[in-house]
Amino acid sequence: MATYYSEEHEWVLVEGDVATIGITKHAADQLGEIVFIEQKEAGDEFEKGDEIGVIESVKAASEIYAPLDGEVVEVNGDLEDNPGALNESPEGDAWIYKVKLANAAQLEELMDLDGYKALIG
Amino acid sequence: MSDAPKRTPLYDLHVELGGKMVDFAGWEMPVQYPMGIMGEHNHTRAKAGLFDVSHMGQVILRGENVGEKLETLCPQAYATLKEGKARYGFFTNEDGGIMDDLIVSNAGDHFFVVVNAGLRHQDIPHMEANLDGVEVTEIFDRALVAVQGPAAENVVGELCPAARDMKFMESIVADIAGVECRISRLGYTGEDGYEISIPEDKAIEVTRAFLAHDDCEPAGLGARDSLRLEAGLCLYGNDIDQSTSPVEASLGWAMQKRRKEEGGFPGAARIQKELAEGAAKKLVGIKPTGRAPARQHVEVQCLEGNTIGEITSGSFGPTVGGPVAMGYVSAGHGEPGEKVNLIIRGKAQPAAIVSLPFVQQNYKR
Repeated sequence: MATYYSEEHEWVLVEGDVATIGITKHAADQLGEIVFIEQKEAGDEFEKGDEIGVIESVKAASEIYAPLDGEVVEVNGDLEDNPGALNESPEGDAWIYKVKLANAAQLEELMDLDGYKALIG
Repeated sequence: MSDAPKRTPLYDLHVELGGKMVDFAGWEMPVQYPMGIMGEHNHTRAKAGLFDVSHMGQVILRGENVGEKLETLCPQAYATLKEGKARYGFFTNEDGGIMDDLIVSNAGDHFFVVVNAGLRHQDIPHMEANLDGVEVTEIFDRALVAVQGPAAENVVGELCPAARDMKFMESIVADIAGVECRISRLGYTGEDGYEISIPEDKAIEVTRAFLAHDDCEPAGLGARDSLRLEAGLCLYGNDIDQSTSPVEASLGWAMQKRRKEEGGFPGAARIQKELAEGAAKKLVGIKPTGRAPARQHVEVQCLEGNTIGEITSGSFGPTVGGPVAMGYVSAGHGEPGEKVNLIIRGKAQPAAIVSLPFVQQNYKR
């Protein structure tokens, strides 16, 4: 098990060939109070950089970009009714997708925690 | 306006209170404090929020018959505005569009006008050029603070008992914590409250005195926007602009009967025609059925799939507990209850036309 971070402020927790993806606490704090999330469905495939969802705060809408290639195997459906969980527990209960990795080599393009901490200062 | 953003007399206090500062209309203003937009919004509806609105232009008009002269620029009855009273209005252009919206108060020996921050550079020359014999003076040395919410009367009244006896749209000069201020019972949140014009060197001191009240918390531009949207109040640049007429903007209530009948203001021909025959489009409340907020510029379609209009303001309404929006729909549409679709990120989302406001206004009449 290892956790990686993207420049788009997502965390990627890898267990075997499945990764759990969410947004970092830093991202949630920057977005402000989250009131809506639009998610893809299980079975949807995507490539790194694709838009895989939208998060809306009181202030504005922000896209979620795929940190790597994959296929959605599970969607956290609780977020639809309780988007505020993304502020309360963005790196815990409020994960967004579980995805099957299509290209594990892409993990090397992501950051570790120290690298991410350096990014956000 | 390429200069660095300007700071209001309350800037240091905003920073001390943890305000998240953003550039708004050329001013460095707090969009929110640590409480957050929703918390500040809810606190304002439940108790009292304090907003810095010093970025708005405060203007003094002195001369003979200022009210009558203002009537040549505005479709409001300012000639008959009584001393100590304030009235919402707008400058119209020759095409009947809205140049800016404003609040005019009759202060006895002068008129006091508050205009939008981003439009002072248009409005002041406009008044100077068209108000013959009127001295137009912009005030740069006063802060403007809004205390809004059901507890505003207690917050302001404990420091200035005379404020308790004021009614909605009344304006007085009185001391607050030993400082002479202009106090007006009005605001732009849909709640009871006051706007207080304070000499800049005392602005932080007086503001701290309000904030010392247990029920009063600072609130930023974010909460101000969601509060005014729920109250069905227009934001210049979003919901109204140079092309939209007051009739289209559903602002008929803000034009007094005599002015509507007599005309005599810029664009009267179009405005009177629209009053008689209806306008090509009108501003309405739009309530998305689902959870997705519909933002500015989202397309509005009728159920048959034809475009009938566009969202001009849209966000999440904390008091409503869901998304709220305003927008224009073309003539023949816009009856409360009408079902429409909003095209959000390419997908049609159901919504309904509703009566404004979303949240009942709570003024002290």
